[in-house]
Amino acid sequence: MYVAVKGGERAIENAHRLLAHERRGDRDVPEVSLAQISEQLSLGVDRVMTEGSLYDRELAALAIKQARGDMIEAIFLVRAFRATLPRFGATESVDTGAMQVRRRISSTFKDIPGGQILGPTFDYTHRLLDPQLAEGFAPEQPMTGEASMAATPRVTDILGRDGLIEPSPEAEADSIVGDLTREPLSFPADRDLRLQNLARADEGFLLALGYSSQRGYGRNHPFTGEIRFGEVEVEFMAEDAGFAVPLGAITLTECQMVNQFKGSATEAPCFTRGYGLAFGQSERKTMSMALVDRSLRARELGEEVVAPAQDEEFVMSHSDNVQATGFVEHLKLPHYVDFQSELGLLRKLRKEFAEAAEVPLMQEAAE
Amino acid sequence: MMASDESLADENSGQARRKAVMAVLAHSTTAEIAGRLTTIAVPVHEDLREPENGLVMVRGRVGGDGAAFNLGEATVSRAAVRLSTGEIGFGYTLGRDGAKARMVALCDALVQSDEFAGLVETKVIAPLRAAISAKRSRKAAETAATRVEFYTLVRGEG
Repeated sequence: MYVAVKGGERAIENAHRLLAHERRGDRDVPEVSLAQISEQLSLGVDRVMTEGSLYDRELAALAIKQARGDMIEAIFLVRAFRATLPRFGATESVDTGAMQVRRRISSTFKDIPGGQILGPTFDYTHRLLDPQLAEGFAPEQPMTGEASMAATPRVTDILGRDGLIEPSPEAEADSIVGDLTREPLSFPADRDLRLQNLARADEGFLLALGYSSQRGYGRNHPFTGEIRFGEVEVEFMAEDAGFAVPLGAITLTECQMVNQFKGSATEAPCFTRGYGLAFGQSERKTMSMALVDRSLRARELGEEVVAPAQDEEFVMSHSDNVQATGFVEHLKLPHYVDFQSELGLLRKLRKEFAEAAEVPLMQEAAE
Repeated sequence: MMASDESLADENSGQARRKAVMAVLAHSTTAEIAGRLTTIAVPVHEDLREPENGLVMVRGRVGGDGAAFNLGEATVSRAAVRLSTGEIGFGYTLGRDGAKARMVALCDALVQSDEFAGLVETKVIAPLRAAISAKRSRKAAETAATRVEFYTLVRGEG
């Protein structure tokens, strides 16, 4: 139980003033602008949008600045902001197949329609610190090539044509799309809720769980069917206009994991799949998400639930870093009353123990 | 029967044209749209709905093509404008820029007006469309330079 404390207003005010001063750092050093954060720390912005569950680059950049680069604090700020705006409704489902692709790779097929496109990637870099970047580095203009007009269908769609991979689940008619921002979680949870939970889940938590599944805690046997990132158009059914209006484009990353096949007496074996989708260029996040999504399908696919990554209650209850940090960090707030009662109980027990044993306890120093 | 089919087709093509205009504007910046709007004599109009910021829940599909799920929200600004001649336009755009939403709504109203539709297309939409197309082509060309051909090699004394 948490009992409120009062007082300390002046000290709190002064602490926040000191925080603002420290946040600014050395005032002889130029202040960072939101545009600088958005443009040059763009993957951090992407993470804050994804886990803050709000697509707005400028707000995410502001949150990062305000949080002094503490990503979870920034995500917390974004989550709190979203509660201040009304929701107009839900968009039409985005079509990632029609993405204007800026990167698209497959580790399962080397020749895919539309080609493999590396795009801006850390892959194949040597991970050596680059001293050139320390100051005033102007990179060369990017090379250009001849853009292909060919469509870039999802690799899973290609596999699906031959029935080699399970089809994506269709929604039942009139089914409502679950929304964990509106109703509290309950278990077992359907895949729509699981994916929403994983989409806003802490990247580090999902990375560790995905990794655990690769190391044998729940067998996954994954291949990266495809990772793509780029711009996707968003449309919203506007009641006043009477049709689905275009809102513009958002950047998304999508990962399709292709996993071990299963079959039964009545069904031919086929590959199964795990899915990851996130705002911005969030490759590690979507790969981890796809691994965990597949692990969480254990029940549905008749697999034994033996590992943490397969346990939906465990995963979904601990994936949200705003909830997690709230509960962990509340421990540092004053708990004087709680502690006093524990202390009183402990003293009583020790006294009883001493009386029974007839040995004097050492005098407590901090009386 | 014929008449209602025709009016339905008219309405659909009208909507398609309005959607196409909205798509161009959604991809343009506030400053770009404002710049183009100065090249025409904008008729008298009023706010039917003052610009308002809110959220939409962005939906994805399981596996890219399956049942819908809620991915996360996005900020959206919306507005509605009425011309003195009665046409009502609606503006929706990602972000929190009410001025942009209002300009989208204004253009949507203008393209429904016989008097202004042509002018808006040539003076406002066409140049913006060309700019978007150029930007997309440049990005596509930069992306295309990173297209990769992987080879598989047989190891050993094949």
